[in-house]
Amino acid sequence: MERADLKSIVESLLFVADGPLTLQRLEEVVEGSSRDEVRSVLQELQAELDRERRGVRLVEIASGYQLRTPKVNADWVKKLLGGRPPRMSRATLETLAIIAYRQPITRAEIEAIRGVDVDGVVGTLLERNLIRAVARKDVPGRPFLYGTTPEFLQLFNLKDLTHLPTLKEMEELTLPEAPEKSIPLERTEES
Amino acid sequence: MSTNVQLEIFEGPLDLLLHLIKKNEVSVTDIPIAAITEQYLATLELMQNLNLDVAGEFLVMAATLIHIKSRMLLPAGDDEPDEDEGIDPREDLVRRLLEYQRFKDAAAELEQRELLTRDVFTRPAVTEQAPAQGFREVSLFELLTALRRVIERLPKDDAHEVILEKITVREKMTLILDILRAGERVHFEALFSEVKSRMEIIVTFLAMLELVKMRAIRIFQEALNGPIQIEAAVGIDQATEKVAMEGPEEEQNGTSGS
Repeated sequence: MERADLKSIVESLLFVADGPLTLQRLEEVVEGSSRDEVRSVLQELQAELDRERRGVRLVEIASGYQLRTPKVNADWVKKLLGGRPPRMSRATLETLAIIAYRQPITRAEIEAIRGVDVDGVVGTLLERNLIRAVARKDVPGRPFLYGTTPEFLQLFNLKDLTHLPTLKEMEELTLPEAPEKSIPLERTEES
Repeated sequence: MSTNVQLEIFEGPLDLLLHLIKKNEVSVTDIPIAAITEQYLATLELMQNLNLDVAGEFLVMAATLIHIKSRMLLPAGDDEPDEDEGIDPREDLVRRLLEYQRFKDAAAELEQRELLTRDVFTRPAVTEQAPAQGFREVSLFELLTALRRVIERLPKDDAHEVILEKITVREKMTLILDILRAGERVHFEALFSEVKSRMEIIVTFLAMLELVKMRAIRIFQEALNGPIQIEAAVGIDQATEKVAMEGPEEEQNGTSGS
């Protein structure tokens, strides 16, 4: 297959797909082209769309590839589509962040960090398919352990979980207005 | 200075504390506990006056703060080699505040990302929750026919079954959910392959219906009179949880909370 044909086909597949397409899936569909060839045309396509500042870009999302509009065009797209994007409350975002970074995690563990009951929020996140029960913890009561879903990666434009922004280390954390002096967490005996 | 608090919606006691610490421009690692406690309690009172629903967690934290305050007031007695000696009574709270702050920051960072349907868009999916192409829903009649086939295949023992099967619908539901979570699709009859008694068949069938009702599973077939298949549906996670929370017993042991 000609490289130009392959690129064209791959672009069509990306266009019609309902979600991110994995390299494996693309390879299965096109047949006869090696994974490296597919990857190579994907990269070419991605570079081309970026270079020409096109209205759709190729992004790596949830371990696959997906065509998405660039952020600069967001206002026009929203105008066309109408409706308001679903807003996420702070409680939802915080809980989601805890689950994302600490997965798999139980409800009680989330509550310990947030200091409040999270039943409602966890329910909402499950409903929105952003988290799922992944296993059960081997402690009394066998509570569910939650983790994030591919939809979570899609929503937050993430290639995979390793691409989550790095959590700040405890030591780096001081509140914005806090004065310079900070006392180390681990106090010595004689303090 | 105290009651002049601008009321935001606080996500919880830790959130409120962080807010007060920030407002007072003090370090989280060196909280002036007396002042902060006073402001914390004032805010709580205000919230109550405004008839805001003050969650129990806020009160627990109030107690914690008062406890810490009292411990800070006690002179550090050198003669008592208590296990608490030398440990700042605020330490545990500081740790919790910092941990919480970390995730607040992380949440803010997530929010800054290019969010789908806010900043970036994809072509909307054409079909939503429609059964896969060429698949059709199964009628109850077809299901019953399939059920009868399963029952008829049971070895016809002349002897009466007297073994009391203790399997409940709920247990079967969990079992089916486990199977579906593992694999993709399951044949209707495969769910009955291990089943040994008529009673168990009925229980399995009821469990299936219950799960359909919960939107945890979908029952369909590829063609008229084709094999009936079952797969996980949108509600499977909630269902899994619900089934588990209600416990394996038929009497639901009253779980507290919502």
